[in-house]
Amino acid sequence: MSSAAGDAMRRLGNAIATTEPQSADQIWEIVQLARHQDRPYPLDYIPRLLSDFEELRGDRLYRDDPAIVAGIGRYHDTPVVVIGQQKGRDTQERTHRNFGMPGPEGYRKAMRVMALAEKIGAPVVTLIDTPGAFPGADAEQRGQGGAIATSIRTMLRLNVPTVSIVIGEGSSGGAIALGVADRVMMLQNSTYSVISPEGGSAILWRDAAKSKLAAAAFQPTAANCYRWGVVDAVVPEPDGGAHRDHDAAAKLLDRYLQRAINELRDVPGQERRRQRNARFRRIGSYRELALADTSAVVSGRSEHSG
Amino acid sequence: MRRATVTIDRLRRRGDGRKKRPIPADDSSCPTCGSHFSADEMRRNLHVCTSCGHHFRVSGKERIDQLAGFESWTELWPELRAADPLQFTDLEPYTKRVEKAEDKGLSEALVAGELSIGRQPCIAAAMDFGFLGGSMGSVVGEKLLRACDRAAERRVPLIVVSASGGARMQEGVLALMQMSKSVVGFEALHEAAVPVMSVLAHPTTGGVWASFAALGDVTYAEPGALISFSGPRVIEQTTREKLAPDFGLAETQLRNGQIDDVVDRRELNERLERVMRILSRESSPEPPLAMQWAQQGASRAQRAARALPRVSRRIMDRLRRDEEAE
Repeated sequence: MSSAAGDAMRRLGNAIATTEPQSADQIWEIVQLARHQDRPYPLDYIPRLLSDFEELRGDRLYRDDPAIVAGIGRYHDTPVVVIGQQKGRDTQERTHRNFGMPGPEGYRKAMRVMALAEKIGAPVVTLIDTPGAFPGADAEQRGQGGAIATSIRTMLRLNVPTVSIVIGEGSSGGAIALGVADRVMMLQNSTYSVISPEGGSAILWRDAAKSKLAAAAFQPTAANCYRWGVVDAVVPEPDGGAHRDHDAAAKLLDRYLQRAINELRDVPGQERRRQRNARFRRIGSYRELALADTSAVVSGRSEHSG
Repeated sequence: MRRATVTIDRLRRRGDGRKKRPIPADDSSCPTCGSHFSADEMRRNLHVCTSCGHHFRVSGKERIDQLAGFESWTELWPELRAADPLQFTDLEPYTKRVEKAEDKGLSEALVAGELSIGRQPCIAAAMDFGFLGGSMGSVVGEKLLRACDRAAERRVPLIVVSASGGARMQEGVLALMQMSKSVVGFEALHEAAVPVMSVLAHPTTGGVWASFAALGDVTYAEPGALISFSGPRVIEQTTREKLAPDFGLAETQLRNGQIDDVVDRRELNERLERVMRILSRESSPEPPLAMQWAQQGASRAQRAARALPRVSRRIMDRLRRDEEAE
C-alpha cells in the first residue's frame, strides 16, 4: 500500500512531525488551541465536507446522546457515514451536548450507524473531539466500559474503509472508542492522550493545578503521536489555528481525507480489516530482556511450604 | 509459634489490657473482621478470609498458582519489560517506579502462563495490582496479545483475570492504544472460535474495563470487587452527586447486567473448569450419560446375578429348616 498519494501524505505529515522537540510552553499552547471555543466541531466540518447530510439519532435502546453526532451524507458524490463527538459552543449548547462527553448511548448510536455503513459499503469517518467519556453513576449502570469496548471491537470488524481524525481533544477511552480505523490522522493543533492534562495532574501530581506540567509530560501533540506511530498523518491547519478560518481548515482536511479514502478503496474489505488489525498489533514500546531459557520458568508446588 | 486456628487468635485479641502481639512481616490481618493469618494460611486459603470471606489481593503469579491448583505451570514471556518511551516523570521518574516494582520480584502488571485447571488445559493471563496499580502499558498489551495468539494456535481457552486501575498514564497515548491492541487479541480468539473467560478482581477500572475485560464470553467477578470505567472519586467530583455505598461493586454490576455472576474465589476453579468442559469441542473422557446409565444398570444386574446363588441357597436352607420343623 505505498501509492504515491500515500507517500506524499506521509511526507507532509513527516515535515510537520520532525520539527524540534516541543517545549512545555509550546505543548500548552497546542492544548489551548485544541480546546479553543471557536475551533471547528463535527457540525462545522460536516456542511463544508459533505454535499448532503442527514443526521441519525438515538441508540434504539434507551435514548439519544447529543454528545455524539452521527449521520449519512455524500462525500465527493459517494455515500459516507460520519460520526463525531460534538462539544457545545455556548453554555446552553455545552450543557445539552454534555461538553462532548458521551455516555454508553452515544457509542451505541455510533455502532448502530456503523452497521448501516457496513450494509451499504460506505466508508466510516470519525471526528474525535472529547475530554473523555462521561463519568457518571448512570453511565456506569448502563455499561460505559462495555459500550466503549464494544465500539472498539465493532470498528475492528468493519469491512468498509475507516478513517479517524482527531480534530480537537482526544482524551481517554472516550476517544479511542471511535479511533480504531484504517487511517488515523490528527490535526496539527489537536491532542491525543491517555487522559486530559487536568485528569492526569489530579491523579499523578495529586494537584489539579499542575495540568501544564502534566501536559508537558504526556506530550499529547500531533508531532509526537506521529513519531510514536499512533497516527499516520498530521493534517495542517490554517495559520494561527483551525479556529481562525473554518473554511480553510475544512479544505485542508478534505484533501487528506479524500486521499486516505481513495487509497483504502483499492484494498479488498477482508484485507483491509486484516491490515487494520495488524496496524494496532504493532503499537507499543517495550524491552525484551535476554533471559536464559525463559520458557521454562516454573512456579507452583515447589514454592508452597504449607 | 503457629496458631492452630483463627478462633484461638480472635479469643486472644479479646483480652483488652493485654499487650498487642507484634505481627510478623509476612502475616496479614483481615481489614473487614480483623482475623489474622500467617503467610502459609493465606496461601492455603487462596487469600480469602476464612471467617468473613473477605477476598485479599492476589499477585499475578499467585493467581495462576491458584488456578493451576498449585500444580506446576509455565510462565510465558517474562522477558518482556517496560520501556520509557515518553521519558516520563511525575512525582517520581517512571523508570524508578518500574525498578521499585521489579525489586518486589514482579516483572510486569500482567503474568501469562500455560496451565491446566483441573483437566482443562488453558492459557491464563493474570494482572498484578502490585505493579504500578496493575496499569495497562505496552508490556501488558503485548503479553495479552501473545496470550491470545497462543490460545488461538493451541485451540485452548483463555482466562484473563483483571485487577487494574486502567491504562498506564506514564506511557501516555501508547497506553491508550493498548486498549485497542487487547481487543485485537480477543478478535484473534473470535476468529479461531476459542472461548475466553474474563474474571474481574478488585479493582477493574478505567481502560481495562473499557476494553478486553468487558469482552469475555463469560464474565465473573469476585465478591466486593469494584468494576467501573470512571473511579468513584472522579464521578463525585464531576457530577457532585454522592454515590451509593455499593456503587460499582460486583454485586451491583450483576444487577446492572454487566457480568454473569459473582463467584467466590474458592469456587472459581470449579466454575471455570465447568464452562471450559461445556464449551469444549472434544468429547470428554467419560462416556455419555445414557451409556453411563446403561453401564450402571448392567453392573447392578451383574451384582444381582452374582448374588443369586447365595440368595437361593439361603432360601433353600430356610425351606429345609421349615420342613424339618414340621
